[in-house]
Amino acid sequence: MRRWLLPLGLIALLLGLWQLATATGAVADALSLESYLVPSPAEIASSLWENRGLLAENAWVTLKEMLLGIFCALAVGVGFAIVMHRWRVVQDAAYPLVVASQTIPIVVIAPILVVWFGYGIVPKIVIVALICFFPITVNALDGLRSVDKEAVKMMRSLNASRWQLLWRLEAPAALPSLFTGIKISVVVAPIAAVFAEWAGSSSGLGHLIQSDTAYYLVDRQFAAVGVLAAMALSLIGLTALVERRVVRWR
Amino acid sequence: MEIELGGVAHSYGDLQTLAAIDLEVAPHSVVGLVGPSGCGKSTLLELVCGLAEPTAGRIEVSGESKAERRLARCALMPQRDLLLPWYSAIDNASLALRNQGMRREQARAAAAALFDRFGLAGFEQARPYELSGGMRQRVAFLRTLVAGKPVLALDEPFAALDAITRAEMQEWLAAALRSDPRTVVLVTHDVEEALYLSDRVAVLSDRPARIVAELSAPAPRSADRDAAITDPGFVAVREAALRALREGSR
Repeated sequence: MRRWLLPLGLIALLLGLWQLATATGAVADALSLESYLVPSPAEIASSLWENRGLLAENAWVTLKEMLLGIFCALAVGVGFAIVMHRWRVVQDAAYPLVVASQTIPIVVIAPILVVWFGYGIVPKIVIVALICFFPITVNALDGLRSVDKEAVKMMRSLNASRWQLLWRLEAPAALPSLFTGIKISVVVAPIAAVFAEWAGSSSGLGHLIQSDTAYYLVDRQFAAVGVLAAMALSLIGLTALVERRVVRWR
Repeated sequence: MEIELGGVAHSYGDLQTLAAIDLEVAPHSVVGLVGPSGCGKSTLLELVCGLAEPTAGRIEVSGESKAERRLARCALMPQRDLLLPWYSAIDNASLALRNQGMRREQARAAAAALFDRFGLAGFEQARPYELSGGMRQRVAFLRTLVAGKPVLALDEPFAALDAITRAEMQEWLAAALRSDPRTVVLVTHDVEEALYLSDRVAVLSDRPARIVAELSAPAPRSADRDAAITDPGFVAVREAALRALREGSR
């Protein structure tokens, strides 16, 4: 109970302070802005309700991009981690490239991917997958490498082939680490999806936030940000739930 | 001879762990290896099992000298039970059979037949964390036995147990080996345990280890551990082994 009450209490406190600061016009005055540019939580909630259809429609687009991107990163990342673990030469050759891939700013490559793949869902999936690939791959590889060496010897003496060793010992042992990677991915996936939509799209929460800038619809922008955060939190919760079901021995 | 070692030496880089070990183990006999901590007892066991290669000398198991052939004839029981937490007790016990390609139900049935004999009836579906220390060790031994290999390599199998459970497990293991005789190499730092469970005990010196004494356990031994270890003949051999151990440690 305490686990939930404390963060909820803090959120309520921050929202209360925000409401107080915006309702009195203190923030708008301090920033020398019109009051509609600094909406209160109540105004944002009102906008969220009024635009619920539009927000849900765009949230579904962004959610699809996020989920498909994460699944692609999961499939490729886990596969690649297994290949690197199985063949040391591949790991030595490719690991620096995996790390280097994270140094490329997504803002730079997003427009290039739009040029290559068009304005549809594909470049968004690729961008989300590229961002999620690193935490999934690195955590899966670390999990595979962290297996107890004595357990490996024991399995070898129990007739285990290389693939049986992977399937019966290394892969289950790597699951907790892999789930850590998935949870990190779920957090960064909305950021990647929004960047991807900014680079070129006709729908999605990122697109909505960008187009609302032109009309100074700050309350709806905040509402969209809230929906994005709620999506990320729900996905983390869902991942934790799946983890508890799958990694039952922890 | 089931196992033959001639002039076996081993080094980790510049660190020499074993120096010219000569040892013979007859089929269906138990040989105990005792020595100071870190003298290379476990390394010697790994060499016998084919999990490592000596830097000098010759090792043969059932007449086979190649590492993979030795490994095919030896089952290793490591110091820690290393039961896989994602499997039930029965699935841990039948791991070797599954690795040999046996279907899950068939492998479970084969292992289940031994659960009753090993005092584990009713715990087939239990997860490792639901078992006591002694039960975990019994499942680990069962897993080693079920592999069906002629040589069992036991690496301090009861080191992690409390004194009472340890004594019970020694009695239990002696009975298990009487009913299902195998060629056993038992590594332990407990002279009493080695003499109670083995037909012959080799005392190793400090690193680089060599055999400083080979002692025959007094025979016939009582199945009752308390009676066996208080027998004057047993006490005399134990004192001789301890003297050799002290001299080898200087």
